[in-house]
Amino acid sequence: MSRKPKLYYFNGRGKMESIRWLLAAAGVEFEEEFLETREQYEKLMQGGSLLFQQVPMVEIDGMKMVQTRAILSYIAAKYNLYGKDLKERALIDMYVGGTDDLMGFIMMFPFLSAEDKEKQRAVIVQKATSRYFPAYEKVLKDHGQDFLVGNNFSWADVHLLEAILMVEEKKSDVLSGFPQLQAFKARISSIPTIKKFLEPGSQRKPVPDDKYVETVRRVLRMYYDVKAN
Amino acid sequence: MSGKPRLTYLNGRGRMEPVRWLLAAAGVEFEEVFLQTKEQYDKLIKDGVLLFQQVPLVEIDGMKMVQTRAILSYIAGKYNLYGKDLKERALIDMYVEGISDLMQIILMLPFSPPDAKEKNLDSLKEKATNRYFPVFEKVLKQHGQDFLVGNKFSWADVQLIEAILAVEEKIPAVLSGFPQLQAFKTKMSNMPTIKKFLQPGSPRKPPPDDHYVETVLKVFKR
Repeated sequence: MSRKPKLYYFNGRGKMESIRWLLAAAGVEFEEEFLETREQYEKLMQGGSLLFQQVPMVEIDGMKMVQTRAILSYIAAKYNLYGKDLKERALIDMYVGGTDDLMGFIMMFPFLSAEDKEKQRAVIVQKATSRYFPAYEKVLKDHGQDFLVGNNFSWADVHLLEAILMVEEKKSDVLSGFPQLQAFKARISSIPTIKKFLEPGSQRKPVPDDKYVETVRRVLRMYYDVKAN
Repeated sequence: MSGKPRLTYLNGRGRMEPVRWLLAAAGVEFEEVFLQTKEQYDKLIKDGVLLFQQVPLVEIDGMKMVQTRAILSYIAGKYNLYGKDLKERALIDMYVEGISDLMQIILMLPFSPPDAKEKNLDSLKEKATNRYFPVFEKVLKQHGQDFLVGNKFSWADVQLIEAILAVEEKIPAVLSGFPQLQAFKTKMSNMPTIKKFLQPGSPRKPPPDDHYVETVLKVFKR
């Protein structure tokens, strides 16, 4: 008997969004419980559900998994999105590490002051266009295949598409110097499970707004004074 | 033809130290190239060997691997330190990620401005004793086994012993409330490959000092 995975997080992107993307890409339906109050969070902690007292937490296959990277690795492996052998895994891990670092610059964005936001926007675009996008552009150009690793759809492709769309939200023409990535974006977006996830009404969360920031601060009692990196 | 893995980093712990630990624990000999000047680093970038223009870099099995976690996962997988199935992997990943969060605090300590050093040390003590160590104390107590996962030595054990020793360097009595972790520390330290790594003359690097901080700032200056 197999139940749907259940995601515990705020009603917003944060660290859970990559997990939503990966489950959706794998065609796996999931449930969500949204943290809205401090009391809910304390109840989760007191119940011993949060190994390190943190969310994201995902109930899956009888486990209460925490740590975003651990959760993503498990899902990728379970649904055959992790390559065919150790070396393909290594490539996927490297590529995901890069997109993770890139999305890390965006993660804290909503919590910054208005002035810091403008500075950070520039940092995000600079890192994307001079460090990360060129790396993936070259990978795709060198092998000429549709997917990043092993000529097969993997976690790395899902993560890169997620990162591309997030950076585009900060600067809409950011892909203009990257023809391979433009084609990649179109291809991966049209994969049926991903296409569905990109449509209104899916579990994809919108760009974080002030209400999201306020909820996170209230529930976690943290992130009141976040500085740009 | 397979040579020894080659590590490129500064001559200090930083983000490469967990890789040194894991290779050593697996009994794998490795070579090291130390970055001492900005020119060396700029040349690496110019030569296109750093996928994201960053170190650590580990040349292993024909790959130029970057991204610490990717490197560690590959080594763990290759040398059978990653559990026997997907669920054991999941546990190892969870534990390793948690410990990594703790190690991140230590990583940043030498770079704290002087007026934040005290605060950051307090934060380290608080997180180690209230968030991370209790988890592993409980895991060991509940199953009563020598190793964290699956009754077998794994990457999680290596990461934990590294973290325990690193925290103890800053807070000597930190294990005083954790008898399971004290026993774990002794057992791990006596495993032959780890014992060897803990002896003088091994590739283990000393705690970061001012010279190390200076070198980091110089090499990565933009």
